[in-house]
Amino acid sequence: MSGIVMPPTPKPVPPRYEPAFFPKRMGGAAAGAGGEPRTRIVVVGHVDHGKSTLIGRLLADTDSLPEGKLAAVEKACREEGMPLEYAFLLDALLEEQAQNITIDTTRIEFRHHGRAFQIIDAPGHREFIKNMVTGAAAADEAILLIDAKEGLREQTRRHGLLLSLLGVGRVIVAVNKMDLVGWQETRFRELEREIREYLGGLKIPPREVIPISAREGSQVNNRDTKNLGWFRGPTLLEALLAGAPGGTQGGHAEGPLRFVVQDVYRFDERRVIAGRIESGTLRPGDSLFFFPDRKSSRIKTIEAWGEPEGVGALGPGRAAAITLEEQIFVERGHVGSHEEQPPVESREVRARIFWLDSEPLRLQSPVQLRLATQTVEARLVAIDRVVDAEKLEQKTGAREEVGRFEVAEVRIRCRRPLVYDAHDRVESLGRFALQQGPRLGGGGIILTAEYPARLAKAVTGEHLTWTEGRVSRESRAAHFGHEGAVIWLTGLSGSGKSTLAVALESLLFRRGIASMILDGDNLRHGLCADLGFSLEDRAENIRRAGEVAKLMAESGLVVISSLISPLRKERQSVRGACHAAGVNFSEVFVSAPLTECEKRDPRGLYRKARAGEIKGFTGIDSPYEEPERPDLVLRTDREKVEASVEQLLQHVLGLVGLKEEDRPSAEGPGGQI
Amino acid sequence: MSYLQTLEDQSIYIFREAFANFKNMAMPWSMGKDSNTLIWLAKKAFAGKIPFPLVHIDTTYEFPEMLAFREWARKYYEIDLMVIVNEEARKRGVGYETHDPVTVTHELKSVALQQALAKYKWDALVTGIRRDEDSTRAKERYFSPRTADNEWEYRDQPPEFWGQFTTAVKPGEHVRVQPLLDWTELDVWEYVRREGIPVPKMYFAQNGRRYRSLGCWPITKSVESRVDTIEGIVQELQSTKTAERAGRAQDHHERNAMQKLRAKGFL
Repeated sequence: MSGIVMPPTPKPVPPRYEPAFFPKRMGGAAAGAGGEPRTRIVVVGHVDHGKSTLIGRLLADTDSLPEGKLAAVEKACREEGMPLEYAFLLDALLEEQAQNITIDTTRIEFRHHGRAFQIIDAPGHREFIKNMVTGAAAADEAILLIDAKEGLREQTRRHGLLLSLLGVGRVIVAVNKMDLVGWQETRFRELEREIREYLGGLKIPPREVIPISAREGSQVNNRDTKNLGWFRGPTLLEALLAGAPGGTQGGHAEGPLRFVVQDVYRFDERRVIAGRIESGTLRPGDSLFFFPDRKSSRIKTIEAWGEPEGVGALGPGRAAAITLEEQIFVERGHVGSHEEQPPVESREVRARIFWLDSEPLRLQSPVQLRLATQTVEARLVAIDRVVDAEKLEQKTGAREEVGRFEVAEVRIRCRRPLVYDAHDRVESLGRFALQQGPRLGGGGIILTAEYPARLAKAVTGEHLTWTEGRVSRESRAAHFGHEGAVIWLTGLSGSGKSTLAVALESLLFRRGIASMILDGDNLRHGLCADLGFSLEDRAENIRRAGEVAKLMAESGLVVISSLISPLRKERQSVRGACHAAGVNFSEVFVSAPLTECEKRDPRGLYRKARAGEIKGFTGIDSPYEEPERPDLVLRTDREKVEASVEQLLQHVLGLVGLKEEDRPSAEGPGGQI
Repeated sequence: MSYLQTLEDQSIYIFREAFANFKNMAMPWSMGKDSNTLIWLAKKAFAGKIPFPLVHIDTTYEFPEMLAFREWARKYYEIDLMVIVNEEARKRGVGYETHDPVTVTHELKSVALQQALAKYKWDALVTGIRRDEDSTRAKERYFSPRTADNEWEYRDQPPEFWGQFTTAVKPGEHVRVQPLLDWTELDVWEYVRREGIPVPKMYFAQNGRRYRSLGCWPITKSVESRVDTIEGIVQELQSTKTAERAGRAQDHHERNAMQKLRAKGFL
């Protein structure tokens, strides 16, 4: 039995029934058409520092509980012979609302003095951090709770650190359970100093630090003149009211324009570029540059379905759909900017990241980087420091991975150019999510960005020629995340070419740079097996080595050639061949005097040459012509191997389009090699 | 910028992200105020052309006025509308005359949707659910994955932040895309008023009664009201203490009814 008394079947509607009601359009500009903003608050802090009690108290003191709920909990507590437990209010509310699924973030609404607030609650179980991140990223304001007796604990600091990364700009600190420390001002001031220093170090100084007792109701809604008479500041609810209403956050209308392309629609004769304005203002008729291709066009129309008044200037946060006057190539992920203040375009990113996945983020393992609507394959190439939430200092020791719930400063390399800004310049273009599996694994904010000095003037024909010329090189480089190059080591036998080549190869490999040594002797086993040691044959050997190196570099590899290659003319022709093909070429002179090389004589060749067993040996009875203008000179007789290797590495990193910045970061010690 | 504007822009962003990331999406559409708001937002998001089909799960217990609205809207918005009925369950005799509302809702809505999912292999479904409707919905994500069995793993939801959503689906799985999640009932009505969005006449009082939420006729009760304008609805909402879905019998049939329905694939 269904228990339902079936109502009569509704009558069919008459043939001319008009089913739709057309409300009179009020328009967005009319008074009262704005909707009511809700300030979204996330409550965080160490477990048992009083989150549930505070939320229960906020609901009770603002009369936001369902009718009879407070009385019922009061009665239950009285019967148990205990004082009213405000946490039960929240539990009872949640139980009533959702029984057994209170383990994720939920939303609890309350009103106070005509303002609407929404508490994003994420109960504290072991998955808390993941949900806290989801909740806090959506919050306008955070209340960080500290137990007056216990003081700052691990999660207090970790949550503070995460708030700073998630961009929750407004933080109120509530020092709770003041009743348990006898309402002592000295204890409060001690904690206030400590937390202000900590959050100040994270550049999120708290708006207020307020002593409260959520259980006693002190300084939440009601001022407690008896116990906290020494405190001159606001109550917690006064502090919340003093904050600007939330829910309308976004970039700055006066900031640099960032129009992030979500898609290009060709549903009819129009070609509509749809996206969102993250920063700045887009106006009809503007000329836009789309990065990373830097193609430019003027806006033809701003599409305005459902906008009878049309669309004027659009500011941060606004959805936009435009058509362009010129049919330039634009796709999802591109970023439209004005000529002035363009974004950065780079494959290298320095960032502070947080990691949530149980599977750690390892050096060199592929990870998807998602920034606005761009998704690129990337790799962690260096972990400069892992931030200790306790002291905000570097943890000791070199690291191969960033583990769960860790925060680290890292360098990331992308397989193709990423368009971005520094986080402190354009927030939403300066942060990204990282993903290893099907779900988001972490995120980060971009610490520095090298803005080009002269890009604004790059609209000329010259610039376009240069851009076009760069495309094929970039598409090759996109495959590896770096450009190909020929690193031509030249020098006497025993000068150290092989040693340096081997060290360089492994350092490059560790950084995810595909590299390969081309060794003179090895070539003679195969490709050049038909060649002897006459001047002619030696020249042909060099030519073949040069051609092979060029081809390999064209395919995207960093080729480290390790051949004596004694003659300037021959080296010059290899350089010419590489440049003609658009391949990076660098001549590195590995320099040591003959006497030193002869003393080293690692393979006993000089001894044999002196004994006349080898004829035509370079330096003994065959000339070596030193380079006149080498790209790099390494004096292996004067400096240690490590120093030469480091110089060589920096030189190569510079050449293949990557910056190895060894300067200290703003907050702490510098990077590692 | 006004708060409603923020909500509109965010919903449009979500629509476009879904369309860019999924190959084969569809939008269940029930003709109610949330559904009509969704159509309106989709029209704005896609510059007037909705590039995916709308799906009406017809329980065969629809109000005739709503069916009339459906046919009217099909032409008015130029939408590609599919109508799905769980014929198999109706043949078995599943109906409000003989079964409890939770069973009927499950069979004629959730199972019907599941059958359509299996048939059309949609990888994303746009829903009009809102956090304020129900506390299980309060915990939802904007992009909320469903397993191949159409189940919601609410105990371990993926993180979601900075406008980056879960877009990876395995074959057979799909993602619920929920552009109205942050809206309240009041926001929807205020937006309907701001934009002048056409809505079914049944929301407005006739003979002293109106519908606040619309479902199957045997289990949907009207409320006492004289309100016949949007202004009146907004004012009524600002003072009411009665829940929006109070007139929907399947939610209240037993404890946890809504949670059980939703875990098994109800929207």
